[in-house]
Amino acid sequence: MKEYLFKNARIIDPARNIDELGSIGVSEGKIVAPESLETPEIIDVGGKVLCPGFIDIHVHLRQPGNTTAETIASGSKAAAAGGFTSIVAMPNTNPAADTAGAIELLRRTAEKEAVVKVLPCGNMSKGGKGEEMAGIGSLKAAGVVAVSDDGKCIQDHALMRHVVEYAKSFDLPILDHCEEVTLAAGGVMNEGKWSVLLGMNGIAGASEELIIARNILFARQINWKIHMQHVSTAESVEMIRRARAAGIPVTGEATPHHLTLTDECVKTFDTNYKMNPPLRSESDRQALIRGVADGTITVIATDHAPHTATAKLVEFDHAPFGIIGLETAFAVCHTELVVSGVITLSQLIAKLTTGPAEVLGMKNYSLACGNPADFTILDTDLEYVINKNNFKSKSRNTPFDGRKVKGAVTMTVVDGRIVFRNGEII
Amino acid sequence: MIQWKRKDLLGLYDLSAEEIIFILDTAAEFKKVSERRVKKVPALRGMTVVNFFVEPSTRTRVSFELAEQRLSADIVNMQAQASSLLKGETLLDTVKNIEALQVDLVVMRHSAPGAQNFIADRLKCGVVNAGDGAHEHPTQALLDLFTIREKLGGFKGLNVSIIGDILHSRVARSNIWGLLKLGANVTVAGPSTLVPREFEELGVRVCHNLKDAVKDADVVNMLRIQHERQNSGFFPSIGEYSSWFGIKSATLQDMKPEALIMHPGPINRDVELAGEVADGENSVILEQVTNGLAVRMAVLFLVAGCRK
Repeated sequence: MKEYLFKNARIIDPARNIDELGSIGVSEGKIVAPESLETPEIIDVGGKVLCPGFIDIHVHLRQPGNTTAETIASGSKAAAAGGFTSIVAMPNTNPAADTAGAIELLRRTAEKEAVVKVLPCGNMSKGGKGEEMAGIGSLKAAGVVAVSDDGKCIQDHALMRHVVEYAKSFDLPILDHCEEVTLAAGGVMNEGKWSVLLGMNGIAGASEELIIARNILFARQINWKIHMQHVSTAESVEMIRRARAAGIPVTGEATPHHLTLTDECVKTFDTNYKMNPPLRSESDRQALIRGVADGTITVIATDHAPHTATAKLVEFDHAPFGIIGLETAFAVCHTELVVSGVITLSQLIAKLTTGPAEVLGMKNYSLACGNPADFTILDTDLEYVINKNNFKSKSRNTPFDGRKVKGAVTMTVVDGRIVFRNGEII
Repeated sequence: MIQWKRKDLLGLYDLSAEEIIFILDTAAEFKKVSERRVKKVPALRGMTVVNFFVEPSTRTRVSFELAEQRLSADIVNMQAQASSLLKGETLLDTVKNIEALQVDLVVMRHSAPGAQNFIADRLKCGVVNAGDGAHEHPTQALLDLFTIREKLGGFKGLNVSIIGDILHSRVARSNIWGLLKLGANVTVAGPSTLVPREFEELGVRVCHNLKDAVKDADVVNMLRIQHERQNSGFFPSIGEYSSWFGIKSATLQDMKPEALIMHPGPINRDVELAGEVADGENSVILEQVTNGLAVRMAVLFLVAGCRK
């Protein structure tokens, strides 16, 4: 296997609190001391940022079930283009990833076809239906890193409590899509001024908040990790803040779109502003940003949800929820959070690396010698306009097309192999 | 005098006060036509209008059809049940197929808010919104405005109360935009579950008490209460709704004596509006229907004019 010396890099490694110029050696797929290399290929990073590979703990790959929208292969390429070296595949495929067999198939396909690491996530309930517990033990044996019913939410609180207890015994974190269904029924956008103005059915913030409150109770009583997916309201952020301050093992993620867009966007009737949870009000968005800034929200995840143009080019009411995000996440967050001065670059990188690693229980996710050579190189000065036609994803359902951004992923390295470089999958 | 530049009429939210007045003035001319013995004019001769109703409608469709006939347009009626939407064709494909038949205007009703905005952006032919979900019903609001202006002379400082299921009403929203732009004060009233506080952010007064809502009103616009709402937990029963928010003869005593009573129809007699009030001196409900024809002729004439 090829050896590399990445020299003249601004190394940012949040786990070790490093931000300094230096070199990184790569041999046998691992990070090694530059001095130990014999005849490496030398890559001059030119002072650009080199950081641990991003981890997206919330990705929909659509295989099996909707491979017109995305496949494991295409989704992994989109991930590589976005600087992600590991992605967690949500189980709401068709059929659902609720059995060891489904997980094995995913792993085997990923091994052959994916250019980044695809970490499987299994369902908590059979078929994601929220009625009976899935075979969490066999899922663990098949290699899942977490369990989730993402896209849906277990409404039966007794079942949920059992799931948390049972998952704990298998050391599996819970990734929960927090949505109480009666307060969301029929809703297509945030309930508030804009739903009232546009005459659309709203999804109340309380729908998310009720389940977050429930999950905080269970996390405390059972003392087990519950991660709140795509947190979207001010009240949710505040509940997570207080719970964490009390030492309860809960974490929360924010998506780039909830951090940058609001429900006002829906006035265009563009279905790329339709997702679940919906874009919320400006005050919710500001609270979410504060949550990211003060460390309440430790993870930025994309909820990459590919849909075909056909599926999305319909009346707003009839469009499926979800947008893609892998290839725009860094640029959008860097522009809106770092360039604007809300958080530092190192903090942003932490939300994309150590934050998600901690949720998954991955220890020592860093550029330390001996670790897998999973890293990303960023050009934080590059300004450009996002063009969806350049995406590696099979889908184009993004609200960020045409947006001016600053900051690009220029290289992605997985297990010491360059998988993405200057706009191309290698 | 302004020049009309829009190929579509999608809602009153987007229109300026000047444009609204221009439509009302044009409608006044067409109203005169409707009062003649020969009611037909050749304004849209040779043009084709498709009435595409993806949600059932009787009176709005009949009003549009008649307006089109009186403008000498060729007319095709399409219902959702009869259309290919049920066979899995997308809405956009359906309307593109309609357009490919060299149609000039599509008058459309749809249950999804913004459906007309969505297709209007993607079609060259004109689109007239005949109601999109709870979003807008511009021609209904325009005929309400026309009726108010005809009866009361103008809008500045006028107090207009819209009462009923505001949350689910496209008529309420279009009226709110039109009235606010023309300088009226708007109150929306009804049970708190159907008149959420968020309406205040639109610039109207929110009120949950009938007496308070009608007290200073120059115009009271009553909305139809949908029977199915009582099963979705917004209020306990039609009877309770009626007793708290229905207008009865006695309610008139709390109102200005010359206040107008309006209703977009169809009326639930003795539910939101007592029969004797609907038929009484303050009621202008049937005049609204007559004016609707003139307003729709004006709208079709103006948007068709942008086709040439």
